Amino acid sequence: MALGRKAPGVRREQGGASQSEPLLQVRGLHVRFGNGVRAVDGIDFDVAPGETLAIVGESGCGKTTLGRAVTLLLRPTEGQVVFDGIDLTKLGQRKLRTARRDLQMIFQDPYASLDPRQRVGEIVGEPLRIAGMEAAARRKRVAKLLDMVGLGGDMAGRLPREFSGGQRQRIGIARALAADPRLVICDEPLSSLDVSIQAQIVNLLVKLQAELLLTYVFISHDFAVVRQIATRVAVMYLGRIVELAETERLFRAPGHPYTVSLLSAVPTLSCSKISDDQPQLLAGDPPSPARVPTGCRFHTRCWLRRQLGDPSICTSEDPALSGDGQQKTACHFSAELLAGNSEHRRLDVGTNG
Amino acid sequence: MTIVRSPLLEMVDLSVQIPTRRGTVQAVNGVTFSVRAGEAVGVVGESGSGKSMLALSIMQLIPRPGRVVSGRISLSGRDLLQLTESAMRQVRGSEVGMIFQDPSTSLNPVLRIGRQVAETIEAHHPEADSWQRSLDMLRSVRIPDPEQRLRDYPHQYSGGMRQRAMIAIGMANRPKLLIADEPTTALDVTVQAQIMDLLRSMNADTGTAILLISHNIALVSRFCSRVLVMYAGRIVEEGPTFEIFNRPKHPYTRALLTALPRIDRKLPEGLTAIAGRPPDLAQLSAGCAFFDRCPDRMETCRTDQPPAFSVGPRRSARCWLAAKEDPS
Repeated sequence: MALGRKAPGVRREQGGASQSEPLLQVRGLHVRFGNGVRAVDGIDFDVAPGETLAIVGESGCGKTTLGRAVTLLLRPTEGQVVFDGIDLTKLGQRKLRTARRDLQMIFQDPYASLDPRQRVGEIVGEPLRIAGMEAAARRKRVAKLLDMVGLGGDMAGRLPREFSGGQRQRIGIARALAADPRLVICDEPLSSLDVSIQAQIVNLLVKLQAELLLTYVFISHDFAVVRQIATRVAVMYLGRIVELAETERLFRAPGHPYTVSLLSAVPTLSCSKISDDQPQLLAGDPPSPARVPTGCRFHTRCWLRRQLGDPSICTSEDPALSGDGQQKTACHFSAELLAGNSEHRRLDVGTNG
Repeated sequence: MTIVRSPLLEMVDLSVQIPTRRGTVQAVNGVTFSVRAGEAVGVVGESGSGKSMLALSIMQLIPRPGRVVSGRISLSGRDLLQLTESAMRQVRGSEVGMIFQDPSTSLNPVLRIGRQVAETIEAHHPEADSWQRSLDMLRSVRIPDPEQRLRDYPHQYSGGMRQRAMIAIGMANRPKLLIADEPTTALDVTVQAQIMDLLRSMNADTGTAILLISHNIALVSRFCSRVLVMYAGRIVEEGPTFEIFNRPKHPYTRALLTALPRIDRKLPEGLTAIAGRPPDLAQLSAGCAFFDRCPDRMETCRTDQPPAFSVGPRRSARCWLAAKEDPS
């Protein structure tokens, strides 16, 4: 047993942060790659204990890079990642390894994220072995973990290829939970799964959150799932958060024109015989993150800007993310958008939808 | 007076098998359906449902060692399964077009896009001004700056543009039927909306029927007038989209709809997952394939495979519970 650490499975004493403080604080985060790509271009956000913060956006928005930067799987170019009161960016490898036990990740591809040559028991027990837990105790904990994620404890001797995608995702979840983390970053955990299996995994994640007092950062492009499980949503575009709001607020009254475009593009299950055509609000492809537009980065595709007659501030000034605890947006004309919201598609079918 | 049009595409009792080490996989199991001229029909299902194999069987592109073991696929009255490969090559790309999920694997990386569109035109119309037609096609799929983009290579196109190029190739010879197998799955949602809008206009402007294969139920509900729901190689429910998704008659369809997260509302009770997993297609029982997971199962379902019962005009459900609704 490594010195100075309690056994996993026992709730550790907290670090510097008190119960009311955010569990994770990200400040001024930048990730720049050598080819000029600004994947994460100045991000600030907090995650409160027990919440589920969803990070949504399309390809190239930087959400996966953000997930990796926050877990320090890649080193941010700039900025701070304060987890439980400690700035992870300032830690050396050894201390980082210890800190990371509380901050785990579940990956997108259940076929690529498990070593095909290791037995399931070894895969799930690896974090415990690294933490110094003895073999007998490890076996017991692994059996309990497999049980917790809905796989039989007797599956420990099998190889990943004997399992389906949904089952492999459960194995990935068991591994992430092995060291009893407090925060789990889920990077598109459902994308490779069928609809009926997705529902199983969503329900499992929700159940585990309640049982184990977990906090989630849920990276996804699937708005429907996000609406179901997130407490707050951050919408990313070209490396920045353009809207950060409580979930129901975001869906009923989006405050950023990009959010409006995204939501209007998602097909909803048609409940009427007349198929209503959604207005095509977003044209073309997003600019490359190596050539971010000046001023507001969304201005090149913004329908609101067109509607307001091309105000010059959109090309000259980069709007900051501002607002209150319920909703923050990075748009010069958020107020106008929110005032005129009834014209755009709103997603509150209400109680009889 | 109603005129009954004979269908453009008619599939009757099609079965596709794939021999594997574990046994013979029944990928498609006695599938019967039809598509009328100009119709937009959707095929929904999860992995292993057989929906992609269905599409490939129409084009006679089933990868070996899979093969059709029974049935008929008629296009404008002609049985495609009886055609020689060279006759089938005449059909592919001219009467029936197909677009796939990943355009990066369908486009030749070393040929310019214009050349690839022109190639498909020349294969069927050697006399045509293929370069001009190619340009017209790129314009019709709304590729900006088409004169310039004709000369680009696939890697210079974004994902959405590559899919547009695929549609241009698929539609170049004005086929009667376009098969689209998960055409937008790999694309961002905003690009998906653009591509579906394009397909909608093509369907309206050219009268090309579209067979849309997708796991995205909401997408199919918005685009298709009729839908087939597949499970374990069979069609379990079929009919007008509105009917199927608002008053489903098959327990699988119902279960799928309650498992589906909705963007337009939050379900306070959470998602209702379907327990268990789809059956092993190499070990199908004699009974209903959905038996193990069906909340409404009866004893007879264990041993007897239900036929497709008629439950309305052009509507059927393969479930013993639907038997009493069938007038015959």
